[in-house]
Amino acid sequence: MADVIASPGVKVGEHGHPINYLTATEDGFLKNVWSWMTTVDHKRIGVMYLASVMAAFGLGGFFALLVRLYLLTPGHELMKGFMDSEAYNRAFTMHGAVMVFLFIIPSVPAALGNFVLPLMLGAKDVAFPRLNLASYYLYVTGALMAVVVLVQGAVDTGWTFYTPYSTTTSGPVTWMTMAAFVLGFSSIFTGINFIATVHKLRAPGMGWFDMPLFVWGIYATAIIQVLATPVLGITLVLLAIERSFQIGIFDSRIGGDPVLFQHFFWFYSHPAVYIMILPGMAIISEIIPTFSRKVIFGYRSIAFSSLAIALISFIVWGHHMFVSGQSQLATVVFSFITFLVAIPSGIKVFNWVATMWRGNISLETPMLYAISFLLLFTIGGLTGIFLGALATDVHLTDTYFVVAHFHYVMMGGTVIAFIGGLHYWWPKMTGRMYNEKLGAIACALIFIGFNVTFMSQFFLGSLGMPRRYANYLQQFQPLHAFSTFGSWILAAGFLLTLGYLWASLRSGARAPANPWGGTTLEWRTQSPPITHNFEDQPIVTEGPYDYRPGKVSA
Amino acid sequence: MSWFRDIMLPAQGSEYSKQVDDLYMFLVWLSVFFFVLIGGLIIYSVVKWKYKPGVVTPHITDHVGLELTWSVLPLIICIGIFFWGLKGYMEYSVAPGDALEIQVSGRKWSWAFEYPDGTRSLNEAHIPSHRNVKFVVTSEDVLHDFFVPTMRVKHDAVPNRYVSVWFNATVEGEHMVTCAEYCGKDHSKMQAKLIIESEEKYKKWLETGGDEWKNYPPEVWGKMQWEAKGCNSCHTLDGSKNQGPTWKGIWGKTEKFVDGGSAVVDENYITESIYQPQAHIVQGFEPVMPTFQGLVKKNDLNGIIALIKSLK
Repeated sequence: MADVIASPGVKVGEHGHPINYLTATEDGFLKNVWSWMTTVDHKRIGVMYLASVMAAFGLGGFFALLVRLYLLTPGHELMKGFMDSEAYNRAFTMHGAVMVFLFIIPSVPAALGNFVLPLMLGAKDVAFPRLNLASYYLYVTGALMAVVVLVQGAVDTGWTFYTPYSTTTSGPVTWMTMAAFVLGFSSIFTGINFIATVHKLRAPGMGWFDMPLFVWGIYATAIIQVLATPVLGITLVLLAIERSFQIGIFDSRIGGDPVLFQHFFWFYSHPAVYIMILPGMAIISEIIPTFSRKVIFGYRSIAFSSLAIALISFIVWGHHMFVSGQSQLATVVFSFITFLVAIPSGIKVFNWVATMWRGNISLETPMLYAISFLLLFTIGGLTGIFLGALATDVHLTDTYFVVAHFHYVMMGGTVIAFIGGLHYWWPKMTGRMYNEKLGAIACALIFIGFNVTFMSQFFLGSLGMPRRYANYLQQFQPLHAFSTFGSWILAAGFLLTLGYLWASLRSGARAPANPWGGTTLEWRTQSPPITHNFEDQPIVTEGPYDYRPGKVSA
Repeated sequence: MSWFRDIMLPAQGSEYSKQVDDLYMFLVWLSVFFFVLIGGLIIYSVVKWKYKPGVVTPHITDHVGLELTWSVLPLIICIGIFFWGLKGYMEYSVAPGDALEIQVSGRKWSWAFEYPDGTRSLNEAHIPSHRNVKFVVTSEDVLHDFFVPTMRVKHDAVPNRYVSVWFNATVEGEHMVTCAEYCGKDHSKMQAKLIIESEEKYKKWLETGGDEWKNYPPEVWGKMQWEAKGCNSCHTLDGSKNQGPTWKGIWGKTEKFVDGGSAVVDENYITESIYQPQAHIVQGFEPVMPTFQGLVKKNDLNGIIALIKSLK
C-alpha cells in the first residue's frame, strides 16, 4: 500500500473517538469551505460530485418536464406565448446535453465510484488524489460553460450536434461543444485515475478475482472513458473549427461529408452508452448478493462480460447509422456485431436472477431499485433487438421507439441503479439512515411513473411518430398525454426522495458500520469512514460475497 | 391477432410492410416471453425465499451447464433474428430495375418531387399503385429523412448525395411522407402527401397536373405558371428586354424568324413555342429555350395563353 499523499493526521474528537471525514475540518466557516474546496480526499470529492450531478439532474429534469408539458396537446395551448417550436427544440437539446454530459456520465463513476472504489479496495485514496480534484474542477468548469450557453439562449442542435445543421444554425454552439470537450477531459482523468487505482492499490491479499464486481464494472468503464473520450474531443474541435473558420470537414457545401461527423460522433457516443450502463450494472452486482444474503452466481462471467461489453462497444457504432447513408455492407456487419453485444448483457441478467434463486431475500429500498432495474433493463435490452434487426430498425429508427428504448436503458437502467446505489451507500456516506417506508413509496412512484412515461412511447414510435417533433397529428394525442402524466408521477417520486434524504441528514438514525450485512471492505470501517478510510490496513483472505457461516465479517 | 398488430403499427401499404410487421410481431412475442420468464423468476424468488433471520443460503458459485445454456441459446436466437432482419433489408436496399424513378429533394421545410416527364410537385406526389416506385432522395441544405410509415421505409436525405427508397404500394389512398431527421424549426411540419392511386388516375394526373387550376381565373393561373415554371427568367411581362421576347403586346403580332418565315402570334404559335421551341427562332434571339413538354400541362398552357392575351 503506497502512502500516496501526506494526509493530515487523524484528529481525535471530544470523547476520544476518531472523527470522520465529514467532520475532520478546520474551525470557522470560511476555513471549513476552503478545506472542502482544496480537499484531495476521494470521499469528499465524491460527495461534491454527488451534489453537483444531482443539481444537473434537477436541471435536466426541469427541461424534460418542459418538453413533456409542451407535448401534452398537439396545439400546445398550455404553452402559448411561453414556448414556441424553437424554444421546444432548445429545451430537448438542453435536456439531452445536460443529462448525458453533466449527469449520467459522471453520476456513478465520479460520484459513487469516487467514494466507494478506494474503500472497496481497502485503499487510503485513489492513485492520484490531486488529479481527482482536478477532474472535479474540470467538471465544474464544463458545467459553468453549459450555464453560459443557457444564459446566452441555449442551442437547438440536439445533443448529437449533427452537421450540417449544427454548423449553420445560430446560437452558442461552439460554447456548447467546448463545454462537452472540457467535460470529456474530466471524464478521461477520472478513468486514468481509476485504472491506476485498481492496478496498484488493492489491499494485500486481494487478487483480480477477489475484487468486488462493482470494481470490475468501474474498471471496464474507465477503459472506455480513456480510449473513447478523446475521439469526442477531436470531433467537437473539428466541428468548432468548421463553424468558426469555414473549413470544410463535415459540410458538403464546402467540401466536407456530413456522414463522417456521425461516424466520429458515434465512435465515442456508442461506447459512451456503456460508460453509462456498465457502472449501473456494477451497482446491481453489489446490491443483489447483499440483500439475497447469497454468494453472487457466476462471478467470473459477470466480470468478463463487463470487459466483453467494453471491447465490443467499440465496434458497433454504425448501428446508429443504418439509414444515414453509410455503406450497406457496413450496415450489415454492424447489425451482426450488435447482436453479439446483446449476449454478455443477457448473461449478466441471468446471473443476477440466479443469485436471487434460493437466497434469503429482504426488500429494503436498494433491493427494490435493483429489482426495478432488472425489470426495466430487460425491457430496454429486448427492445434493443428490434433496433438491431435491420428490417425493423429501418421503420423504427428516428422515432419515439428509439427514445423509449434508450430511456429504458439509460434511465430505467443507469438512473435507477444510481438511486439504488445512492440508498445503498447513503448510510456509509452520511452516517445516517433514511426513512425506509418513504423510500419504498418513492421507488414505487418512480417505477410506475417511469413506465407510464416511456411505455407509451414504444407505441408512439411503432405507429410512426418521429422523434424531436414539436407538433404531431391529433391521433397521437392520447399516448402523448399519457406520457406527460407519467412525467409528473416521476417528478413526484424524485422530489419525495430528495425530501427524505435531506431530512435524514438532520434527523435520521445513526448508521452502524454495516447496516445491510454487506461483505465487501467498505462495510468494515465505521460510517462515515475516517479520513484514512480504515484504522488498520485491511487484509483480504477470501473472495467477496461469501455468506457461509463464519465467513461474513461484520 | 391482427387487432393487436393494428394498435401497435400503422396501416400496411405494401407487401413489404407485411414482412416487416411479421418480424416485429415475432420480436414482440419473444420479448413478452423473456420478460415474463425473468420477471416470473424474480417474483417467485422474492416470495418463496422471503427473508427469515438465521437462514443460511447455499454457496452456489457457478454452474457451467446453466451458464452455457443462457449464453448459447440467446446467441442462436440472435443470429436467427439477424438473418431475418437482413432478408428484409436486402429487399429494402435494392430497387427492382423496372422501377418508376421519382426525384425527391428535401429542404427546410418541404419535399419537392420531380417525375421522369418533367412534372414537378411540392409536398404532394401521386404514385401509381401495384408498381415498383423508386425515390431518388437528396437534400438541398441540412439532413432530412424521407420516412413513409405505411410502407415501413425511410432513409436520410443527405446534401450532395443520392440515396434511394422504393416500395410497391398495394393500398390506394392518402399516405404520408414525414421528415424523420431533425432539421430545425419546422421539422415537424415537413410532411408530404403521397396519393396512391390507380395507373389510369396517375396517368391523368401526370397529364393534367391536377385540379388546382380550377380555383383561379385563367390569366391568374397563367401568371402563377409564369413564375412556377421559370418562364419569368427569360420573358418579361412589362415590355422590358430579356433573353426571350417580352410577352407584353405580343398577342396578334407578326414575328419574323431567322429562317426568313413569319407567323402571327396566336394559340397555335404559343403552343408550338412552348413544346417545340426550336421549330422557329425569332430574329434577334438565340435558340436557347428548352422544351416544356410534360412540365407545362394543358391547363397551364391555357392559362399562359390567357395571360398573354391579357397583356395588351
